Amino acid sequence: MTYSGFRVFTQGLTGNKGWTKAWRQPDPKTEYDIVIIGGGGHGLSTAYYLAKNHGLKNIAVLEKGYLGGGNVGRNTTIVRANYFLQGNSEFYSHSLKLWEGLESELNYNVMHSQRGLINLFHSDGQRDAFARRGNAMLAQGDDAELLDREGVRKILPYLDYDQARFPIYGGLYHRRGGSARHDAVAWGFARGADRRGVDLIQNCEVTGIDVANGKVTGVQTTRGPIRAKKVAMVAAGRSSQVAAMAGMRLPIESHILQAFVTEGLKPVIDHVISFGMGHFYISQSDKGGLVFGGDLDFYASYAARGNLPMVEHVMEAGMTLMPMIGRAKVLRSWGGIMDMSPDGSPIIDKTHIDGLFVNCGWNYGGFKAVPASGWCLAHLMATGEPHPVAAKFRLDRFRTGRNIMDEEGTGSQHNLH
Amino acid sequence: MRIPCPCCGDRDRREYTYYGAADFLDRPAEDAGLEAWDNYLHLRDNPAGVTRDLWYHDPCQSWVEVERNTVTHEVLSTRFVSAKAGASA
Ligand SMILES: Cc1cc2nc3c(=O)[nH]c(=O)nc-3n(C[C@H](O)[C@H](O)[C@H](O)COP(=O)(O)OP(=O)(O)OC[C@H]3O[C@@H](n4cnc5c(N)ncnc54)[C@H](O)[C@@H]3O)c2cc1C
Repeated sequence: MTYSGFRVFTQGLTGNKGWTKAWRQPDPKTEYDIVIIGGGGHGLSTAYYLAKNHGLKNIAVLEKGYLGGGNVGRNTTIVRANYFLQGNSEFYSHSLKLWEGLESELNYNVMHSQRGLINLFHSDGQRDAFARRGNAMLAQGDDAELLDREGVRKILPYLDYDQARFPIYGGLYHRRGGSARHDAVAWGFARGADRRGVDLIQNCEVTGIDVANGKVTGVQTTRGPIRAKKVAMVAAGRSSQVAAMAGMRLPIESHILQAFVTEGLKPVIDHVISFGMGHFYISQSDKGGLVFGGDLDFYASYAARGNLPMVEHVMEAGMTLMPMIGRAKVLRSWGGIMDMSPDGSPIIDKTHIDGLFVNCGWNYGGFKAVPASGWCLAHLMATGEPHPVAAKFRLDRFRTGRNIMDEEGTGSQHNLH
Repeated sequence: MRIPCPCCGDRDRREYTYYGAADFLDRPAEDAGLEAWDNYLHLRDNPAGVTRDLWYHDPCQSWVEVERNTVTHEVLSTRFVSAKAGASA
């Protein structure tokens, strides 16, 4: 069923009885050409583009829980293309362009809203670094504007500009940055993949990866064995466990990132604001809740909930930046398991096992990557060659030291990102 | 989360600085080769369950090796890194 404003109108007049299910609930077949492990944003978009861009059929996505139950449904939905380093910048630039056409591409309202993102800076040194980043964004063909303090004040009059610790010097304004509805992105890709014949199989946990003579032959699951010619591991925070089934150790540590949402308020925050020095960022959802978060809890963890010291730290940073939010009531907080790589950049690559692919290391930034990650992994799986915009996302870059992409410039080591 | 320091007893997590997996204790020889150094610096078991990692207890300035569960956050045991033979962290 194709969605349209007209259909919403006619369904509204006829009691909304004519809507059909957005995707099928097939039982797993005994064999597929391609099996994708993980039904998050990246797994679903990979399946979609395998079918759409490469005309492949006979694909299954195996999800241990329900579609979109992982990080894709837990994140704070910032979509931006403001990366500095080559390798990252062309990839996220490509991703943002895909976002800009995503709703008509998927015939699904993912509520992509380019409300503008402002990254604040608080010193002369930081201003230089942001000017340089902005130039890199412009060189990449994306947009960036350097705002001084008064420029920021015009747009965000409610910030505390003279706080003693981090007085605001200005901001880098990325107008095409913004947010989207997280679940809708998962659902849109799921529906699109299903319509092109992909089997989306939920409650199906992969428990083993079968390898014979250096070649992948299939997977073991809680719903029986499934043979496959190609298998992609797209399990985000659980990547290490899935790769271990193929005897691999990944350069990944799993950490918790928390997020928070307040009660619904009238529109007050029209942009996405990022206060890097305080480890705080915020936007307002279309329902009115203030959605905000901070940094990792900073120790390896698989508990999908956070620790209290970080809750306190995030609240303090929020109050420092915008005291006006102090009386809003926090409704909920939660955590997601992040697949942290040593340099903070992702991996889309083949493995040493023929036919087995890996997509992981998205850190706290994989939501914006959903369209391009699927696009590029599909390209790699279908053609055997890395897509040009993801060619630097190599699994062996830590071993070789070549093309390490450490955006923060802190060093390529687990405890530094 | 509270972590028992072998010197000071049960202390708040905020008194500690996290360093990473206890793999960091097994520093290879300088000429051990790429694979050994890659293993040491980058590759991790990253278990969902019992793990061992390194925490620095700021008040008493000691490195503590903590055995804990990454799913439940239960701390199973702790000891001084210096108590481990040959440790160099
Ligand atoms: C609090 C928070 C805020 C964030 N904010 C942002 C942001 O503002 N902007 C941004 O770009 N990114 C953000 N991120 C990061 C982003 O959400 C993730 O990088 C991205 O969603 C990860 O990819 P995914 O969607 O495929 O992961 P997931 O949705 O986690 O998908 C992985 C799936 O694999 C499944 N799986 C695991 N093991 C198995 C198995 N053995 N068998 C079958 N299935 C399995 C899981 O159940 C899961 O559904 C945030 C993350 C969090 C937690």
